[in-house]
Amino acid sequence: MAKKVALLQGNEACAYGALYAGCSFFGGYPITPSTEVAEVMSKELPKTGGKFIQMEDEIAAMASILGASLTGAKALTASSGPGISLKQELIGYACIAEIPCVIVNVMRGGPSTGMPTGPSQSDVMQAKWGTHGDHPAIALAPASCQEIFSETVRAFNLAEIYRMPVQVLLDEINGHMRERIEFPEPGDLEVVDRQQATVSPADYKPFDDSQGDIPPLASFGSEYRYHVTGLNKAADGFPTSKPELVDAEQRRQLRKIEANRAAIEKNEEYLIDDAEVIVVAYGTISRSARYAVDVLRKEGIKAGLFRPITLWPFPEQRMAELAGQAKAIVVPEMNLGQLILEVERVTRRVCPIEGIGRVDGEPITPAQIVAKVKEVL
Amino acid sequence: MSSPKVEIIENYCKGCSICVEFCPTNVFKMEGFVAKVVRPEACTKCMLCELRCPDFAVKVH
Amino acid sequence: MAFDYEQYLRPGKLPHIWCPGCGHGIVMKGLLRAIDTCGLEKNNTAIVSGIGCASRLPGYVDFNTLHTAHGRAAAFATGIKMAKPEMDVLVVGGDGDGVAIGGNHFIHACRRNIDMTYVLLNNYIYGMTGGQFSPCTPTWAKASTTPYGNPDPIFDVPKLAIGAGATFVARTTAFHATQIDKLIAAGLRHKGMAVIEVLDDCPTAYGRRNKFRSVVDMMKRLKEIAVPVKAAAHMTPEQLEGKVLTGILHQEERPEYCEQYQQVIARAQGA
Repeated sequence: MAKKVALLQGNEACAYGALYAGCSFFGGYPITPSTEVAEVMSKELPKTGGKFIQMEDEIAAMASILGASLTGAKALTASSGPGISLKQELIGYACIAEIPCVIVNVMRGGPSTGMPTGPSQSDVMQAKWGTHGDHPAIALAPASCQEIFSETVRAFNLAEIYRMPVQVLLDEINGHMRERIEFPEPGDLEVVDRQQATVSPADYKPFDDSQGDIPPLASFGSEYRYHVTGLNKAADGFPTSKPELVDAEQRRQLRKIEANRAAIEKNEEYLIDDAEVIVVAYGTISRSARYAVDVLRKEGIKAGLFRPITLWPFPEQRMAELAGQAKAIVVPEMNLGQLILEVERVTRRVCPIEGIGRVDGEPITPAQIVAKVKEVL
Repeated sequence: MSSPKVEIIENYCKGCSICVEFCPTNVFKMEGFVAKVVRPEACTKCMLCELRCPDFAVKVH
Repeated sequence: MAFDYEQYLRPGKLPHIWCPGCGHGIVMKGLLRAIDTCGLEKNNTAIVSGIGCASRLPGYVDFNTLHTAHGRAAAFATGIKMAKPEMDVLVVGGDGDGVAIGGNHFIHACRRNIDMTYVLLNNYIYGMTGGQFSPCTPTWAKASTTPYGNPDPIFDVPKLAIGAGATFVARTTAFHATQIDKLIAAGLRHKGMAVIEVLDDCPTAYGRRNKFRSVVDMMKRLKEIAVPVKAAAHMTPEQLEGKVLTGILHQEERPEYCEQYQQVIARAQGA
């Protein structure tokens, strides 16, 4: 049977991906250019018996999804820069209390109100560092509408598997861009549900790491009763300031990512095997980069594209390997140099690395990338 | 009828003296930093000491 | 007969962190008696708090407990209640947490009339951070950040709640221990947003700066200022000067939010 197809905006594809993943709760607040995610969820969720709530502010939207997630719901919120800045408070809460949830950031120009209808990729570092304290981060940057759908599904899976918030980074271009999308049938994409507690309620500890770094999270309203706090806590969930317990907890949270990089990281490589110039690009700008690589190849220049789909954790090992074969690396991004810092760090600058930064609300064009590649060679 | 048993859990008592001050029949007295039951026979079992003890330290049986 | 608090307390957590004479323990006991009176099931009950002294309450009691971030309790609680409306949801917290940093969440929970019971322990001060003035610190009172007296006017929490749309609003004090559980129980039985303000004492951060010689002084003050609403009806404005009304201050029937959303679901599903 032919798959159902539709012409969808990226933001709409994101919402349908969330529904495919089993999302049953959306808490949001209106903000350009992310609002279509909320609009689709407000229409579709109640059809499935799910709940949509428009909260009084961005922080409350984030709080509501964490409350809902604790009852066992797969929960989503969507926002953009100014809203994400507000949500940072509770992104930290989701990290320390280890509550699965998905946060979509349709990036726009900043800082502050910036350029609400202009595209940007300037929240890449915010997605990694944007809340106080050391904390793990997963952020995915899909490029096409089809991929926005499937990466949103994957974001829910990763949130549930690693018991933490996962961010999906879109931008004003791919969020609003319309493309043909094939709806996967149930079963086509993997959907991971939350690991359930198996011990007796009396023995349940919400942060018991004796069986591994990711303890099962029981649902509020089940037979498991426990305490959740934003304070550093012991295995039983109650606050502690014992140095050895605090240290172990903090390190375990980062280890959830570090020990599972292979399972979390996802990249696309295009014409990379013999590439002498590697363009590292993500999200919308990877589409310009791909086109530029084709143009360069036609001119006999061995260019290739390395496209991290998982931005955080950054694919350190593969990036370092590729740098070893390259004469130069070019990193185009709609900011004034964010992911390039990571490229420079992990490659130890074994070859020249040049960025193309653009923050005028216009996308980086293939011609810009072609010109920069010729310049560095 | 036997007189009620008034109990102070000394580990819980923080010595705020609410029970001492508001007991209508002066059952309690401060001794150092904790309340003591000094006139158990005067207790009318009004329960106000237990209700107003913030520290779960007073029990009237 | 002594009430068996232990059945609702997590073992090994007492003595609690609150200072000698702090009324929060009195309110916690009243809350547990109210829960018992209403027959709430432990597994089916969530108690949510923000940050501050009062917000430590959930850690002591054996329910689904959630100690969130400063001010955010009502918003977390809204998510729990919306996602699982069959659960009984309570919020506890202080004045600064509830109506300063959490003021927006507080008024919107009232507006939605979502079925939860919010017990706001108003001790007139930020206690945990050492006594800074809150929106409930009386004008010209002393706090660590008002060394010349507090120039700010106060929020009257019940008026705020009523104005924002809460459908059950009550007030009592930590001194009136027998009224605490009765009002919280009435709030729990009420369908919709119930706000119970309990005026409380903070001997450590408020009392010693404001000429209260002891905990007992503060308790006596709570006793003196409280006037039951029925009694107030027969009093002159002069007699009511400096007093606060206690008891059920407001109660009305209005559609509850989760039930309203069930209608959204029915409409979406074409019923």
